[in-house]
Order: sequence, then C-alpha cells, then structure tokens
Amino acid sequence: MSFFKHESIEINAGLLIALTMVVISIGGLVEIVPLFYIKNTIEKVEGVRPYTPLELRGRDIYQREGCYLCHSQMIRPFRDEMLRYGHYSLAAESQYDHPFQWGSKRTGPDLARVGGKYSNEWHVAHMINPRDVVPESIMPSYPWLMENELEYSDIADRMRALKKAGVPYSETREEYQANVEKFGREVADRLNILAAEQNLIAEAQAGNFDGDRARLTEMDALVAYLQMLGTLVDFSQYEEGHFAEFR
Amino acid sequence: MAQSAAVDTQQQYNYAIIKKFSIMALVWGVLGMAAGLYAALELAYPFLNFNIPEITFGRLRPVHTTLVIFGFGGSALFATSYYVVQRTSQARLYGDGLANFTFWGWQLSVGLGALSYMFGITQSREYAEFEWPIDILITLTWVAYFWVYVQTLRRRSQPHIYVANWFYISFILATAILHIFNNLAIPVNLFSLKSYSLFSGVQDAMTQWWYGHNAVGFFLTAAFLGMMYYFVPKQAGRPVYSYRLSIIHFWALAFLYMWVGAHHLHWTALPDWTSTLAATFSVMLLLPSWGGMINGIMTLSGAWHKLRTDPIMLFMITALSFYGMSTFEGPLMSLKSVNALSHYTDWTIGHVHSGALGWVALISFGSLYHMVPRLYDTKLWSLRLVYAHFFLATIGIVLYITAMWVAGIGQGLLLRAFDDQFGTLAYTFIETVTFLHKPYVVRALGGAFFVSGIVLMAVNIAMTIRQAKVEQAAIEAKIASKLARA
Repeated sequence: MSFFKHESIEINAGLLIALTMVVISIGGLVEIVPLFYIKNTIEKVEGVRPYTPLELRGRDIYQREGCYLCHSQMIRPFRDEMLRYGHYSLAAESQYDHPFQWGSKRTGPDLARVGGKYSNEWHVAHMINPRDVVPESIMPSYPWLMENELEYSDIADRMRALKKAGVPYSETREEYQANVEKFGREVADRLNILAAEQNLIAEAQAGNFDGDRARLTEMDALVAYLQMLGTLVDFSQYEEGHFAEFR
Repeated sequence: MAQSAAVDTQQQYNYAIIKKFSIMALVWGVLGMAAGLYAALELAYPFLNFNIPEITFGRLRPVHTTLVIFGFGGSALFATSYYVVQRTSQARLYGDGLANFTFWGWQLSVGLGALSYMFGITQSREYAEFEWPIDILITLTWVAYFWVYVQTLRRRSQPHIYVANWFYISFILATAILHIFNNLAIPVNLFSLKSYSLFSGVQDAMTQWWYGHNAVGFFLTAAFLGMMYYFVPKQAGRPVYSYRLSIIHFWALAFLYMWVGAHHLHWTALPDWTSTLAATFSVMLLLPSWGGMINGIMTLSGAWHKLRTDPIMLFMITALSFYGMSTFEGPLMSLKSVNALSHYTDWTIGHVHSGALGWVALISFGSLYHMVPRLYDTKLWSLRLVYAHFFLATIGIVLYITAMWVAGIGQGLLLRAFDDQFGTLAYTFIETVTFLHKPYVVRALGGAFFVSGIVLMAVNIAMTIRQAKVEQAAIEAKIASKLARA
C-alpha cells in the first residue's frame, strides 16, 4: 500500500466528497435499479386494475388519516397469516399503488384482503366508533368521515397525475381502446378520466357504502376502497405453488 | 481579560447561528417527545383521541417522528456540525447570510411539516411525510448547508480534515441523495398540496425503505458519530483511541449502510434476492458499528475516573453503550427467521427507541451540555440537574425498551400460536391487542421519565444562558466604572 496514503484524502475536501459519493451510491444502484428491469419482479396475473375514481378518493383518505401506521397491506407467506388473512400478497396486486401502502406495523390487523370480509354497515359502525363492534379495540373513532361531504372537484387532476406516473387511466380514444383490450369494456369505462366525476357519483349511488343515499360522504369513498382491497385476483384460477416461481 | 477573550472567540467564530440551532433543538425536543408521549398514551387509552381529527394517533405519530428526528436531531446536528467544522478548521463559518437561511429554512420545514400532518396533508411515506412544497424547501436548505459546510472546510488553517467532519460530510451527501430520490412525486396540480409518488408497489417500497433505513444510517448514525468524534475526546480530555480504526469503520459504514434497507421488507412481495442481500449486509454492518462504539468508549481509557465526577461523560458513555446494543439488535432482527416474528410488532418500535433515545438523544444531550456553556462563555447553571436528567433518561429508556420487548415478542408469539389438537389459530387478533395494554402503559411511563428529563435540561440551559447574560452585564459595568474613574 505504499503507493497510496489515506492522508491524501484527509487533506483534500474534493477527493473526500467524490469518494464518499461513490461509496454511498453503490448499494442503492445494485438493489433498486434491477427491480425496474427484471421481468419476473411483478407476477403476471389476471384481474389487477387501477382504482376507480371513488376508490382512489377513499385511498387518499386512508393516507390522510395515517391508517398505514397501524395496518399493513402485505400478507406474508406464513401458515398463521394464510389462516388469518388469506393468500400471501403478490407484487402485482400493488403495481398501481402510488405510493405503496404495505405498512410496517400491525397494531391492527392486515387489510390487504379485507374487501368483502365485513358488510358496509359493519365498516360504517366500526369507523364511527370501533368499540361499538369490537369492544377491546384501541383504534381511534372517525365520526367526521360520515359528516364530511366528499370533495371530488379535482378528481380528474388526481387521475392525470397518476397517469403521468404510469397508471393507465385514459384520456384519448386510443388509450381507452387499449384499456378495453387490457381490462375489458366495463373496467375501461371506469378508468376514463373524462367521465371521472359521473363515474364517481354513479359508483357511490349504486354502492351506497355509507348507508345514506342522500349524501356523498368521505365514508362512501373509504368504505368503497376497503371493500375492494384484495378482491381483484381470483386465486382459485391458479394451481397451488404457481406464484412461488416469481419469488 | 475574560471579556476580551470572549469577544475574540465571538468574532473568530460564528457562534450566533449555533446558539439559535441549539435552542431550537431543545424546543423541538420538548415538543416532539411530548407528542410521542401523548401518542403512546393514546395507544394505551384510546379515549384520549377525543374524536379530534388533528390529534388522532394516525396524524400525531408523524408529528412526533418529524419533530424528534428533524426538529430535535436535525437542529442538534446543524448546531454541532457548525461548531465542529469551525473549531477543527480554526476558521469562521462561511456566509453568515447563507447560514441564517439554513436556520430559517430548516425551522420552517419542520414546523410546517408537523402542522401539515395534523391537517392530513402527507405523502404517507414514513419519515418522509412532507408534501412536495416542503420537500423543495428542504432541498434548497440542504444545498445551502452543503455549501456553507464545504466552503468553511476550504477555509481551514489545518491541512487535515478532522475525522468528525468526514462523518458530517457523508451525512450531508447521503441525506441529499436519499431525500431527492425518495420524494420524486407528481403534484395533482400546481395549487394542490397533494402529490402521488412516481414509483409504485415493489419499487416504491424498496425506494422508501432504502430511504427509511438510511435516514437511520446517515441522519441518525453517521452524523451523530461525527458529534461523538469531536465531543467525546474533548470532554474526556483524551485523543481518539485509534485513528486507524476510525478510517476503516468510516468507509465500511458509509459503504455497507446503503445496502441494508430491504431488511424492512423480508417475506413481502419484494423479490427474495433483494432482501437476502440486505440481510447479509446488515450482519456485516455489525463490524463498523462496533468499530465506532469501541473507538468512542476506549477514548476514555486512562480517564475512567471521570465517570465518577462528570455527568456529561456519563451521558456520552451510556450513549455509546446503547449504540453498541442497538447495532447488535439490528443485525439480529434483520435475520429472516427473527424478522418473521419481530416484523410488524412493537419490537421494532423498541429497537428504534433504544437507538433514538439511547444513542441519538443521549449523545446530543451530552454534546449540548458540553457546548452551550462554551458558546456563552460561562458554566452550566446546575450539575445536579444534569445528574437528575441522566437518571430520568436512563430509567425511561430501560422501561421503554423492555416494555416493547414484551409487547413485540409477546404479540409475535401469540399471533403464530396454533391449537395443538385442531391446528387452528389459538388467538384472535383482538386478543393480542388486549395483551398489549400493560406493556403500552409501561412504555408511556418510560416516555414520561424521558420527557421530564429533557424538560429539566431545557430549564438548566435557559438558566445557564440567563446567568451568562448577568455575568456579561457585571463585567461591562465594571469596565464602565473603571473607564469613568480614569
């Protein structure tokens, strides 16, 4: 090592900065960049689609209230989690999640497949006061979700922003056609940005998620979101162990 | 004489900026830790959410983490780094105006961030919840910080850049990279505070935890090692134990940390190769971490008796001990089999607090107790209060982390318990929540100890500053009367 002395770094701020940059860049480059290029990072499955306008607003509210701090949306491949929550989560199931909501803590149970597990009425009662339906619960109450009218005037802008990030919402005829081929006509209609407001209102009307047809509340959106979580992939279509090859 | 010496250092170095950051570190520390205590109480007694949206647990938790990490920790780092770079370079800080901009930019970011979470404006990325306008302000502040720091280094009258500065530099550079790439997002429109992250799902999760763990690695570790490398030798009155060790562990730490973030994503939809790689590097990271701990603790060799008389030294050595402990616990928890149990539980919360309270907060307390009297050219108002603070803090940490071990390991075991006869789950989820109540009460008690400690510190520092002003006024009066007589 006689040709190199560490001292030459210690007396040269520029060199210290340059070498530090090199050393701290390598780990992230090796671990993050390939995830965008290795094809089997995200499994090929039928059924996963972007969120409808109403679900999207529900998801925004989920983030606003910080639900992700106590609820994960990532089921791990363990026997107890399979029994408790269902099939382990696939990468494909969160491919349209900007940002991801996998969470890091389960003070409450995982919600990745909570959709369809409880009725709309249960969710509404649970949100207004969790202890009415689960006496031991330590979750905060969210009565204001039922009081607040849902704000959706910028729903088209929200979808456009997501479109820029790569979510296939459609604005042009061609984009719509591509969605019809990919997701079928019924889904493609709901991904059309130009009809976002009508779609949002129609879905809330048809679903009546908060049990109050007269009003369109934040509760409508949140329950619509919760009720679709984990319901998109039909696992009975796939043989057992099919998804193991992607891991 | 005393006065002229004081005036000289005040002119030689920019102390005004350090004083401001030090005071704000304590202000944010008290507020942020109190917010944490309240959040802990909400988990033990949910009625404390009071159906007020702004203070529900989900909105208060990011307020707590932001105020303690960026408010308290960040301000302490700005203060000490500006002190260390001036003292070790024997040069005045570059650009008074730019340095002031870093102060206001940082305080505004922290304050606006905390407020915005209470109103539900958040990116929902842990420790990076700031929405896009605040992210831009942070970026500008950080570029200014880098510039001030490097320009001051270039003014140094020593050929060597002291080791503490390497750590501060790596922290500034790494934080810049992490902040920019983890916050790539598309705003809904220019007048909306809401944005959606550029990446999704797997890639988003990986980017976030690459950020999340290196916020720990560089913001909460490398930078505080920089603090350690200046203030421990100064307080001990001994040189750093091994210069060679500091070189090796610096480069190893900077290289290895950036690989380990994916250990937060074991057993998830992230590909196995990534999280396995992260776990491997996490185990290797034990070596440079302990290199730093050993270098710090051994600096005291030959001066161990100081622990008997110097409460500031107690803070520093205890901080290094907690650093060693939590950097052992970290690699352990990054093993897949351990992580299968610990992930999603309070064990993680306990681990992060043994690092954050035990290491980050204690080394900051020690450094501030050392630095503030020197900034004001006086002595600490009360050493007995420093002792009291030390014991309150240490008891608080021990209560906190043992409660979280019980909560985390207990809940992990309950969740994976099966009925022997039928193979069904032995407990429902809500039964494991009921189990958490007692540990949550003990955790809040530990937090209360810790908060009362920093309140004592705030009082002590405030009185120290007041005392300095009184002393200064007395000296000035004396000089004035002498001049009048002459």
